[in-house]
Amino acid sequence: MKKKITSPWDLEILRESIKENRVSGKPCVSVCCGTGCMASGALEVLSSFKSLLKQKGLDFQLDTKLTGCHGFCEQGPLVVITPGDILYCRVQEEDVEEIIEKTIIKDEIIERLSYVEPVSGKQIIKEHDVPFYKKQYRLLMANNGKLVPTEIEDYMALGGYSALKKVLENMTPKQVISEIKTSNLRGRGGGGFPTGVKWQSCFNAPGDPKYLICNADEGDPGCFQDRSILEGNPHSVLEGMIIGAYAVGANQGYIYVRREYPLAIENFGQAIEQAKEYGLLGEGIMGMDFNFNVKINRGGGAFVCGESSASIASIEGKVGEPRDKHTHATEKGLWDKPTVLNNVKTWATVPIIMEKGAEWFASIGTEKSKGTMIFSLTGKVNNTGLAEVPMGMSLRELVFDIGGGVPNGKKLKAVQTGGPSGGCIPENLLDLPVDYEKLSEAGSMMGSGGLIVMDEDTCMVDVAKYFLSFTKDESCGSCFSCREGITRMQEMIDDITRGKSSLEQLELLKELAQVVKDTSMCGLGQTCGNPILSTIRYFEEEYLAHIVEKKCPAGVCRDLISFSIDSELCTGCGRCLKNCPVEAIQGEKKEPHVILEDQCTKCGICREVCKFDAVIKI
Amino acid sequence: MKVDLTKIDQMIDKYSSEEDVPYISILQDINDEYRYLPEEALHRVSKKLAVSMSQLYSLATFYKCFSLVPKGKHEVQVCMGTACHVRGAPRILEKVCQGFKVSPGKTSEDGEFSLETVNCVGACALGPLVVMDGKYHGKLTLNKIGKLMGGYHEKEDN
Ligand SMILES: Cc1cc2nc3c(=O)[nH]c(=O)nc-3n(C[C@H](O)[C@H](O)[C@H](O)COP(=O)(O)O)c2cc1C
Ligand code: FES
Repeated sequence: MKKKITSPWDLEILRESIKENRVSGKPCVSVCCGTGCMASGALEVLSSFKSLLKQKGLDFQLDTKLTGCHGFCEQGPLVVITPGDILYCRVQEEDVEEIIEKTIIKDEIIERLSYVEPVSGKQIIKEHDVPFYKKQYRLLMANNGKLVPTEIEDYMALGGYSALKKVLENMTPKQVISEIKTSNLRGRGGGGFPTGVKWQSCFNAPGDPKYLICNADEGDPGCFQDRSILEGNPHSVLEGMIIGAYAVGANQGYIYVRREYPLAIENFGQAIEQAKEYGLLGEGIMGMDFNFNVKINRGGGAFVCGESSASIASIEGKVGEPRDKHTHATEKGLWDKPTVLNNVKTWATVPIIMEKGAEWFASIGTEKSKGTMIFSLTGKVNNTGLAEVPMGMSLRELVFDIGGGVPNGKKLKAVQTGGPSGGCIPENLLDLPVDYEKLSEAGSMMGSGGLIVMDEDTCMVDVAKYFLSFTKDESCGSCFSCREGITRMQEMIDDITRGKSSLEQLELLKELAQVVKDTSMCGLGQTCGNPILSTIRYFEEEYLAHIVEKKCPAGVCRDLISFSIDSELCTGCGRCLKNCPVEAIQGEKKEPHVILEDQCTKCGICREVCKFDAVIKI
Repeated sequence: MKVDLTKIDQMIDKYSSEEDVPYISILQDINDEYRYLPEEALHRVSKKLAVSMSQLYSLATFYKCFSLVPKGKHEVQVCMGTACHVRGAPRILEKVCQGFKVSPGKTSEDGEFSLETVNCVGACALGPLVVMDGKYHGKLTLNKIGKLMGGYHEKEDN
């Protein structure tokens, strides 16, 4: 049974005793157990470490740690060995014995497991030397690789809950709100609304009780930073929520987590239990006259539930349909009571600001966007993963210096930011410093930090079509312009990808996209035109190629391409014939094969399986 | 599958001390247990909590996590999120449909496979990606997914 913390002073005593018990200077093996690494076998690696160390009698001199996501997901499972900060990538169970024998016992480096920089081919031994990390500025992600997410003591040893202590000991709720205002923190869930202003209006609103919500629905496809924080450092979010509750005067909080994130739900649930045991949640927190509890609500798999009023409806047990925003949630939110709702990253930033001060925080970033932003770098980029950078870094630095550029020597075509609400930014604008305003000016959005790199093989019309089909599926259908408008736009863009459109239709599409933007009730409809408008704005020639020349320059849109087999290169091996899903390939063994054009669905499987590059796409 | 009503009662009772009875959480627990929402279970919830069947149905049809029909033995989710899309998810989906003889949102006729498309499971670095019975399979190629599906068919044959 843990001893309850009954005063701010108690916390410091506890922290000191935790630290004292730990100063052993033991070497440590940390295995990243974020979802990405786990999917590649991290748990097996960890258990193999544990059992082999025991077998060899080494477990008393060494720590093995299961940590949260380090953000370098493509290279997982990741293993970091301290002291020495040695990083091994793509470690498999079979490698563990060798790591113990060579690196842990003899201090030797195993070259085969070290990270090789994709562009320069340079081998990098130490985690902090990896260029992917070097240009980052990690505040929220800083401790992800250092602590065991399911152990509150680990968080405390690194200074956790000292921001809460500072707040409860020395500050009034008003002072906390004013500090957040001074920091100029803006919400990280997409819109970038000033957090302090939101808290202030909830504080001022009449009505009792008040509620607090953490939005962990992370609906944007291509985004996984909220997941990584919740899984890897759940207490940082919880601490932020407790501080927020104290500031606005809420006694009950909710976290709305998407059901696709089972590990995040599990780890956050454990964090709540541990915080309760220590008296950091519940009645009389740290012996003060302050009560606060948190409940977890699992999402139901609907994107629109990330929208604030929809997630409130969902927590109330209703269908997650957005409401109009004439009255703000801060006045009439959950059960019509004053409610403050913020994103996971926003909450996790709060303890950092309280700890280091508003002025310090405001010194990072651009004039209007302060602090850091975490981007999920995905798509056609070498270093896929999470990059936390100061606001204002250019897209080029993000994609090339941190992301390591585009794989296979391909050319970069566009960068998509802001998910379905955002847009595509072309190569020639890559020097754009990212902040809320600059991205909006370019016709895109910050959104929750998705950054998808697209290379020359991506068709921008197809991308716009993809986002439309996404928003069409996800629209709740309660407002006419969104429901009907998206359907019509989808038909129109479908015609373009089939070469059955005209220039008049393109004009009409632009107009309709604008109308849906202007007349929809919630953010989903108001932004669903962005992917279309931005691709037309920057890649009009690609649209024209589809419409006028009936060609898809990137070779993606099926109705505008065809496949054939080069009879010189074909050896008649039969691979394509065997793999074709629709029996559109004919030929005898060892004789050149042919594709029957009228049966071919242009899935491209034959091209992918051919070992002789004999299948050509025109 | 037979619905055990005492179990349903327990699931309801777990929350009924709360002033804000979370219908969605109760339905989620039922759905987790049976992998769909059996009609009998819905009737029980409706009766015990005095909530109309139509309200429960509106929740069950709005949220994607609920199914009103039983699921197949294996649940397959193909990620169609943006990161997976640009790395070739549509073709993976095609291959899965063809290999398991099932279309998205449906269960194969032999009751073996239920297929669902999802928009991002937050493991984008591994795209394109398929989740089979809760296990992630990433960095898929047509070849890899073919082998993976082959494994499932073999298991069935034994
Ligand atoms: C369709 C739609 C989906 C959204 N999805 C999310 C989400 O998944 N996570 C999130 O934090 N905010 C999401 N938002 C933004 C929220 O409505 C809200 O602005 C945000 O959570 C407020 O928190 P912040 O001030 O900390 O940014 C979404 C908005 C819209 C219109
Ligand atoms: S887009 Fe597929 S996991 Fe994110």
